[in-house]
Amino acid sequence: MDFTQLIFYVAAGLAVVSSLLMITRKNPVFSAMFLIVALFSIATIFVLLGAHFLAALQVIVYAGAIMVLFLFVIMLLNLGHDFEPDIRGRLGWAFMGGLGLVLFAEILTAVQGAPGDAGGDVLTPWFEAKGVVAGVAEPLFRDYAVAVEITGVLLLVAMVGAVVIARREA
Amino acid sequence: MVTEALILSGLLFTIGAAGVLIRRNAIVMFMCIELMLNAVNLSFIAISRQVGVSAQLFVIFVMTVAAAEAAVGLAIIISIFRHYSSVDVRNFRLLRW
Repeated sequence: MDFTQLIFYVAAGLAVVSSLLMITRKNPVFSAMFLIVALFSIATIFVLLGAHFLAALQVIVYAGAIMVLFLFVIMLLNLGHDFEPDIRGRLGWAFMGGLGLVLFAEILTAVQGAPGDAGGDVLTPWFEAKGVVAGVAEPLFRDYAVAVEITGVLLLVAMVGAVVIARREA
Repeated sequence: MVTEALILSGLLFTIGAAGVLIRRNAIVMFMCIELMLNAVNLSFIAISRQVGVSAQLFVIFVMTVAAAEAAVGLAIIISIFRHYSSVDVRNFRLLRW
């Protein structure tokens, strides 16, 4: 097992363990912290899979912006010391665990049809020719320019909608 | 490593889905949705080694939609909290039987 694979398995284990801890902690602040750990581990795996720019984007957008928003709302609503149990009982755990196992088995079956490592690596030569950022930016702004524009409109709509929904009624 | 990443992505998606079903705290359910979106991003990036860089562009769009969804969803949670003084979904019974 080479060094890259070792890092992959460490990051994968960290992601799974911290996301399991995330769904079982009573305190929502702890859940947010474990989600940050999981997101950082996923960013590590992005680097190992050759998506350097998206790993940086993952850290900036998720850990930097979205999680700050979550923590801000938790603090604003003063939920940090709210230990009223909100996790379903034993029957719920058994039911949801069974459903989860079925879902995971379905996904595993779907993965059987995936090409795997055998299909060859087209990404590394592309990034070596274009550079890590330009290799993403060039097709983004050439082939997907309309989608980028629509995404900008979507962000504007989301911003206005958030302001209107959260506004205190006069 | 691609197959392992796909399996990991399935595992994380499953944990996120189970979290949405097990928890009753609206904010934690939201975090689980973010985890599910991230698992899907991971599978896109794993596949991008074979299909080229366009799979990574989809990840950028998914991240943007996730950010917009988080902003609007948290605004809805704040608005609900003003009504019920709680974020527990058991209290939101207006549209339930």
